[in-house]
Amino acid sequence: MKFVVSILLTVLLSFAVCLYLPWWGIAVASFIVPLFIIQKSYLAFLSGFIALFLLWGTLALWISTENNHLLAHKISMLVIKSDSPLLLIGLSALIGAVVAGLSALSGSLFRRLY
Amino acid sequence: MRIVFFCLSCILTVGLIVCLGTSLFLPLPLGSFLSPQHGIWQNADPMNQNFNARLRFPELTGKSTVFLDERLVPHIVSDSEEDACFIQGYLHARFRLWQMEFQTFAAAGRISEVVGDRAVNFDKGRRRLGMVFAAENMLREMEANPVSKKQVDSYTAGVNAYIGTLTESNLPVEYKLLGYKPEKWNNLKTALFVKQMAFTLSGFSDDLPLTKAKAFFGDEALRILFPQINDSLDPVIPKGTIFPTASVVPVAPADADSVYVNNLSGELQEVQKPNPSNGSNNWAVSGLRTKSGAPILCNDPHLDLSFPSIWYEMQITTPTMNAYGVSFPGAPGVIIGFNDSIAFGFTNSERDVMDYYAIKFKDESKSQYWFDSSWKTSELRIENIRVKDAPVVLDTVAYTVFGPVMYDNSFPSTTEPGTNLALRWKAHDPSNELLTWFYLDRAKNYEDYKKALQYFTNPAHNVVFASKSGDIAIWQQGTFPALWKRQGLYVMPGEDSSYMWQGFIPRDENPHIINPERGFVSSANQRPADSTYPYFIPGYYDLYRGIAVNRRLSSMNGITPNDMMKLQNDNYNVFAETARPFLLKYLNDSSLNETERKYLEIVSNWSLYNNINERGATLFKLWFDNLQNLVWDDEFKKAGVEGLRPGVKTLTEALLRDSAFPYIDNIETPVRETIGDVVTEAYQLATKAADSLSTINQLTWGANKNTSIYHLLGATMMPFSRTGLPVGGGAHIINAMQHTHGPSWRMVVELTDETNAYVVYPGGQSGNPGSPYYDSFVDKWAAGEYYKAWFMKRGESVGEKPVWKLEFENG
Repeated sequence: MKFVVSILLTVLLSFAVCLYLPWWGIAVASFIVPLFIIQKSYLAFLSGFIALFLLWGTLALWISTENNHLLAHKISMLVIKSDSPLLLIGLSALIGAVVAGLSALSGSLFRRLY
Repeated sequence: MRIVFFCLSCILTVGLIVCLGTSLFLPLPLGSFLSPQHGIWQNADPMNQNFNARLRFPELTGKSTVFLDERLVPHIVSDSEEDACFIQGYLHARFRLWQMEFQTFAAAGRISEVVGDRAVNFDKGRRRLGMVFAAENMLREMEANPVSKKQVDSYTAGVNAYIGTLTESNLPVEYKLLGYKPEKWNNLKTALFVKQMAFTLSGFSDDLPLTKAKAFFGDEALRILFPQINDSLDPVIPKGTIFPTASVVPVAPADADSVYVNNLSGELQEVQKPNPSNGSNNWAVSGLRTKSGAPILCNDPHLDLSFPSIWYEMQITTPTMNAYGVSFPGAPGVIIGFNDSIAFGFTNSERDVMDYYAIKFKDESKSQYWFDSSWKTSELRIENIRVKDAPVVLDTVAYTVFGPVMYDNSFPSTTEPGTNLALRWKAHDPSNELLTWFYLDRAKNYEDYKKALQYFTNPAHNVVFASKSGDIAIWQQGTFPALWKRQGLYVMPGEDSSYMWQGFIPRDENPHIINPERGFVSSANQRPADSTYPYFIPGYYDLYRGIAVNRRLSSMNGITPNDMMKLQNDNYNVFAETARPFLLKYLNDSSLNETERKYLEIVSNWSLYNNINERGATLFKLWFDNLQNLVWDDEFKKAGVEGLRPGVKTLTEALLRDSAFPYIDNIETPVRETIGDVVTEAYQLATKAADSLSTINQLTWGANKNTSIYHLLGATMMPFSRTGLPVGGGAHIINAMQHTHGPSWRMVVELTDETNAYVVYPGGQSGNPGSPYYDSFVDKWAAGEYYKAWFMKRGESVGEKPVWKLEFENG
C-alpha cells in the first residue's frame, strides 16, 4: 500500500513541481516523497523509478499520439538514429525513471540519517 | 556508514542531473530535451490543435481580430495601422521565430555563436561584405522616416510581445537542439533581414575570377567568352522600343585599358556567393488576351528552397489597405501579392552592382591608404565574433571611400596575403525599401505603383504590375551606377577617384513599359533591353527562360487562370531545343558501340520536356555538361581560374555560329580536336555516367534531380527535410525547379471584379517541424496544384468556414 501511495504521490508532485521548475523538478519531488513515506531504500528507489517511468512515458506517449508521432519520427532519427517514436518515448521514460529513482533513494537514505 | 551511502547516492543523482541537463558529456542535454513538460514533446503540436485565443497587450491601441483559415493563413483585420503591424510581428514570431532570428544572425555574421568555430570564416565573410554596415545605414533611413518608423517600431514590439511569452517549454525546437535562446528583436534586425535579401539577390560578382582570367586570356577574348548580349536575346522590354538618349554620360579614364588591374596576387578564395540561379518569372497579361477580359498577373520567385519557407502567407486589412500575399518573416508588409485594386510581383534584375578596387595601404596596420595623391585615413571597424565553446575571434576591417576592404593581409588567409580589395556595393548605400511595400500594399493604380517604386534602390527588380482598371506594366527598378563601357568587369585601381562610379542612371531612364501592344509584359531574369539601351548594363542574366515565357504568351489568347498555372509548371526546355540539333549533327555516330547507340535513340527521341519520367533530359544534361568541361577546363585550369566558366548560352551560341570555335581544341594535347571530336567524346562520357546511373535507377530526370527541400540547418537536420519530390523542370526552364532551388511561391491573380487568386508554396505556415502545418503545402506544390486564396472582405461573415479566431486587444 505504502508503495502504491508513494508512486502516486511522486507522480502528482513531480507533475506539479515541473509546472514551475525545470526538468530536474522531478528529482526534487522524488526526494521529498520518501521523507514522508518511509519504506526500505530499494522500494523507495523502485517507487521513484516506476512513478517517473509512468509519468514521463504516459505524457510522452499521449502527446506524441495526439501529434500522430510527427515530431517523434523526426527526432528519433536525429537523436537515436532510428525511426522509432516508441523508442524515443521509452528513452524519455527511462531517463525520468532513473533520475527519479536515484533521487528517491537519496531521499530515503537521508531520512534514515535521523 | 549510512552517511556514506547517502552521500554516494546524492553524488550519483546530482551527477546524473548535470550529465543529462547540460551538453558537457552528451551532445544534447537529454534530460531537459526529452522532458515531456519542457523538452521537444512540447513542440509536438496536436493534430487537431485549437488556435482560438484572446490576447492582451498594453502596446495595442484597440481591438483587432485575426482569422486563421484552414491552411493556417492569417487574415488580420484591424482598425489601426500600428496594431496590424504589431500583430504581423507577433504572428511571424509565433510561427517562424527561429528562422527570423537565424537569418538575421547569418546576415550579421553571428552563426559561430550558434554552431561554433566551423562558421567563423562564414561570419568573417559576412562582416567583410559590410552587411552590418549596410543594415545600419538602412536603419538610420527607416528611423528618420515617420511612416517607416511607426511601422518597424510596431512590428518589433509585436515580435517582442511574442518572445515575452516564451518559456523553456514553448521555445522552438531548433533552440532546444542547438542549446540557445532567442534575443529581443529590434529594428536593426529587420534591416539586417532586408540586407540578407539584398545579398541573396544583388550580392553576385565574378569580378575577381574574371580579373584572374584576363591575365591569361586578355580582354578581347573575354569579350567573346562573357558577351554582354546574346544573339537570341528576347529582352524584358521588347526589341524595337525606342529608349531616350542617356542623360548621364560617364567618362572612362584615358588610361583605362593599361592601368586596369591586370592580375591578383595570392590564392583566390572568395567568400561564399549567393546561388547564381536566384531569379524568378513574372508576367501580366492584359484583358485583350484573357477570357474574362481582366488582366492576370503571375509570379514565381526562384530561391533556395528551405524549411521553414522564406515566405509566410497572410492578408492584412486596415483602414488604408487590404493586401494579400506573402510576407518575409522578419519584415513588415506584404511583399508579393495583390490588394483590392492591383497586383504586383518581382523578379531579380540580375544587374551587377558590386565592384572591387585594389587598395594600397601604407603599412600592415591598414590605417592609411593611398587615394588621390595622399594618404587617407581608413576607418577601422573591429569585428568581435563570438564563438560557441571557444574564445572570441577578432577581425579588423578597414573602411575606405569605396567601402569595406574585403580581402587583405588577414583575410582570407594570413599566410598568403592577396591584393587588398575594397568592395563598392550598392546595398551599402542608405535606402529604405520598406516604403516601397508600404505604398505598394496600398496602391490603387499605375501612378501609385510608380510612386511606390521610387524608394526601391536595391536589390533591383523587375516589378510587374496589373490593375483592375486594366493596366499592365513592368519597371526594372533600382538605382544603378551609370558605367562607362566595360567599367567594373574587372578589379579597378583604387588609388584615385577616376575609376569610381560617376553617377547613377536617372530613374525615368530605367527600362520600363506600360500597356504594350503585344498585350503582355514579362520578365525571367534576362537582360532588360537590347543593345539600343544607352547604358552599359553588365549582369548575370538568364536567356532561355525568357524566350520560353514570351513565346508561350505570344501564342495564347482567351487565357484563363488555369492556363497560367499550367504555364508556371511548364517543363519545356528551350535551351535543349537550341543545343540538341548541333550535338546530334556533330556526333560521330560511326564510332559508337552498341550501348552508346541505345542511349542515342533515347536522347534524340526525347520530347524536350524535362518531365520526371524522361531519361533523355538526364542524358542531354550529362552530354552538355561534359561538353562544357571538355571545351573550357583546359584553358581555365591553366589560367588558374576555378569556379568560373562561360555560360551554357555562350557555348551554345558560339558553336551555332562557328563550328571551328578555337576553344574546342584541348590545349593539353598535341592534336587539334574538332567539334566532332569533343561532341563525341562528351557523348561517350555521358553514356558511361548514364550507365552507372541506370544501375542505381537514377537515369530518369526526376530520380536524377531528386527535388528536395532542406531545413535551413541543412544536412545536420535531414529528418526535417523532404527529399525525392516528384517534380520536373530545371535550369533555363519556366518551371525552374532544380535539385533544391526553384519556385518558392507560385501566384496567379485574376483581377476580375471579384479577385481570383491561386497560390501555393513549398512549405507550410508553421515553422515547427512538429506541426502538421510544417510542410502541409508541399505535396500540392509538387503536383503543380494551387489553393484558391480566401481574399477576405472586410466585415465578411465567416459563416461555415473552418477558421480560428485570435482576438487581440489592449490590456
